Amino acid sequence: MSILGTRVIRTEDPRLLTVGGVYVDDLRTPELQRAARLTFVRSPLAHARITGIDTAAALAEPGVVAVLTASDMDDLPPPPPEPEGGGGGEGGPVPVGGPFTEPLLAGDTVRFVGEPVAVVITDGSYSGEDAAELVSVDYDPLPAVVGPAAALAGETLLFPAAGTNVAASNPVSADDAPFDACEVVVEQDVVNQRVACLPMEARATAATFENGRLTVWHSSQNAQLCRLILAGALGLAPDQIRVVVPDVGGGFGAKVGIDRDAIIVAWAAKRLGRALRWAETRSENLVGMTQGRAQLQHLKIGGSRDGKIMAYRIDIVADTGAYPRVGGFLPGLTCLMAPGVYDIPEVQAGYRVVVTNTTPIHAYRGAGRPEATAAIERAVDLFAAEIGMDPAEVRRRNFIAPDAFPFQTKTGALYDTGHYAAALDKVLAAAGYDRLRDEQRRRREGGGPRQLGIGLSSYVEITAADAGAGETARLEVAKDGSATVYTGSSAHGQGHDTAWAMLVQDELGIPMDRVTVVHGDTDLIPDGIGTYASRSLQLGGSAVQKAAIEVKDAARRQAADMLEAAEADIVLDTQSGLWQVRGDPDTSLTWGQVAEHAVGGTLAADVRFNMDRPTFPFGAHVSVVEVDTETGAVTLLRHVTVDDAGPVLNPVLAEGQRHGGIAQGAAQALLEEVRYDADGNPLTATLADYAAISAAELPSFELVSSETPTTLNPLGVKGIGEAGTIGATPAVQNAVVDAVSHLGIRHIDMPATPERVWTAINQARKAAQL
Amino acid sequence: MKVDLTVNGKDISADVEDRMLLVHFLREVAGLTATNVGCDTTSCGACTVLLDGESVKSCTVLAAQAAGHQVTTLEGLASNGEMHPVQRAFHEQHGLQCGFCTPGMVMAIVSLLRENPHPTEEQVRAGLEGNLCRCTGYHNIVRAALAAASTAEGASA
Repeated sequence: MSILGTRVIRTEDPRLLTVGGVYVDDLRTPELQRAARLTFVRSPLAHARITGIDTAAALAEPGVVAVLTASDMDDLPPPPPEPEGGGGGEGGPVPVGGPFTEPLLAGDTVRFVGEPVAVVITDGSYSGEDAAELVSVDYDPLPAVVGPAAALAGETLLFPAAGTNVAASNPVSADDAPFDACEVVVEQDVVNQRVACLPMEARATAATFENGRLTVWHSSQNAQLCRLILAGALGLAPDQIRVVVPDVGGGFGAKVGIDRDAIIVAWAAKRLGRALRWAETRSENLVGMTQGRAQLQHLKIGGSRDGKIMAYRIDIVADTGAYPRVGGFLPGLTCLMAPGVYDIPEVQAGYRVVVTNTTPIHAYRGAGRPEATAAIERAVDLFAAEIGMDPAEVRRRNFIAPDAFPFQTKTGALYDTGHYAAALDKVLAAAGYDRLRDEQRRRREGGGPRQLGIGLSSYVEITAADAGAGETARLEVAKDGSATVYTGSSAHGQGHDTAWAMLVQDELGIPMDRVTVVHGDTDLIPDGIGTYASRSLQLGGSAVQKAAIEVKDAARRQAADMLEAAEADIVLDTQSGLWQVRGDPDTSLTWGQVAEHAVGGTLAADVRFNMDRPTFPFGAHVSVVEVDTETGAVTLLRHVTVDDAGPVLNPVLAEGQRHGGIAQGAAQALLEEVRYDADGNPLTATLADYAAISAAELPSFELVSSETPTTLNPLGVKGIGEAGTIGATPAVQNAVVDAVSHLGIRHIDMPATPERVWTAINQARKAAQL
Repeated sequence: MKVDLTVNGKDISADVEDRMLLVHFLREVAGLTATNVGCDTTSCGACTVLLDGESVKSCTVLAAQAAGHQVTTLEGLASNGEMHPVQRAFHEQHGLQCGFCTPGMVMAIVSLLRENPHPTEEQVRAGLEGNLCRCTGYHNIVRAALAAASTAEGASA
């Protein structure tokens, strides 16, 4: 029997549970034994000219090794040439460099609170914070641009040379005719608020530069991309750089690649020829690490009174923060996924990306797709409320039909496989939807303060968006019969070690405990892509399987030679891991024996697996909340989901991915928001102020399984890592609105804090009295 | 200043800065790096250890305050190579993903079960309010705590 699809507990755990992981700041390698500490001096102002920096007092402190500013960065290569099309701006679809180029240490201008201005290198960690306080920076404050409206007004420009705060745009259609033809049209402004990614391990980097070679240990989702970025930024050849990614304490998109702070650490180590360590504090992390979402969406939906949606428009203003990093690209993904699971004749989607004096936006679990699902699922509920139809029924009447796949959407996506109605029916049955509606009716009739809300979302997402880039795997079987997998994918909690070992055992019959999985070291794995966009299993896992099949073919040839039989007669018993001549169980060879006779004593295969195009997982969520109409407090009572990402390799791991995503989705819907005041001062810069969700605010989740394979990879799998944030966020939000919809409330923006819910109720009651 | 304390049954004596936090003493002086620092406002619980058997956030205790006391970290929980029932439950219930909050989470649950050997799910959730995890959605952490409590040795360990 195959091990695939069975519940296997993780091989990673015993180490993590008994001695703890080895994260960057835990490294005690000899190269870092005498490492100095690096501490950043960060801008306390959102927008200002730097008129002078005095480092004398800091340099005079005992234990201070060096203080470095932008003026010391005279050894960097020239910036890359401006891309064709000028690098964004009005009408430019993607912002790349050009006038919006981000420096390393800030030069003459700071553009967000937390921007790196100088670094202090000390022998001790506490003395770093003391010395950083002594670096005196003269700032000439400029007006701060906070929020999309101020950015679009353009009275203050972050990059005067650009002539605009619009870093990229793809204007939405202004054709109203499809809406004019509808019986019912609803419009709504929706805020998809800025949230913190908040991996429990904040950013951390260590670096050495010895004998012309840079070694960087970095908490990242992809070592190879780090190396590529470092090479470009520091003017080194890739083979002069080794990037090592040890254990990583969560990423959630914010650790894709390497950001400017960590590049500065590597630069400083090279500049000083000293081993350096940097591990940021949480207060730094909440202003310095990239954040997610931050879209203002104008939605318009129209259709007939019998529930058919005829036209949908989403016009996005994406706040990408002070510098357009990946955040500048994400609204394109939101537009791609705008129509979701529905077959809508007219879809209009467009965006403007604006810069503001806030922390830059980047990928956060879902990265552009949760924003699309939140919008369409809110819009469908608004439409359902307007025509007085059950939201489940409206969804059913508009789903893409199960026989329509592969389905080409109006926005340019090609959905591979799906059955959206089946997913909804399954989750409604599991939740007991009719009974929930009965209970809601009873509570409404009772008129008590605790009202029930039932929220739905049906979703489809895109995973492995860069399917063509593929992933690498090298598999070696040694003469002791053990196997080693070198994967270009990179784990930070997902359980790659367990999953990859399961694939090897399944294919080769080498038991999991004889399989070692190696990732995150560019000297051992120079070529790889890494982990983001829910790509690991479908690309990295398929690569491991492909490598295993190649090793098996090589072993078969070797075994045929050794057993003096025809290749076609050589069989591998994957239960025992023995090579045999068919029909002659007495003659057998172990993997070790076969490997020993291979060239070099090792059987090996080195492969890349890529897919023709991305996959599109789907599902449906039901969320049940209780709203206290006297206080506005929301309690999440139940959350039931169907998340279909094809066949499940290991239910333990897949469920874990779903759980984590659901919690983050509920967190955005109910609690979390990064906030700034009008001057661009962060108001949520510590965990005492940022409302990270805890166990006390969540129920246990109810997961329903569903497996619709894709044809795009031999495992039939799609990605599961981001399903939770994509599906759960709108379901929870819709549940809150549903709980108070009988009061005439149609929309409440996220997060649905007690204050916001109470205000909506209060306003609705006042309006009803008028 | 000189501080003497017992960590995982071993006496450690060192000259440290007055302001040194217990978590930094554990990581940098005792060389025990399982205990992590996840915030600077005593909010996340990643640094939770036992001080004389009770859970404390070691980022909010000075090394000097722990002088003369017994500290237990994750590294000191297993005995004779056998995982503690809470550790085992985390493994069996998939109560960890990236592992960063795990040492603090495990210590918090060990302490919670000493105070309340047979908690309800609601009591476990309330008891873990001061420990943040970003990976698991807490679902399997709560299951691990309840599973550990359901074993005789987990409830009494």
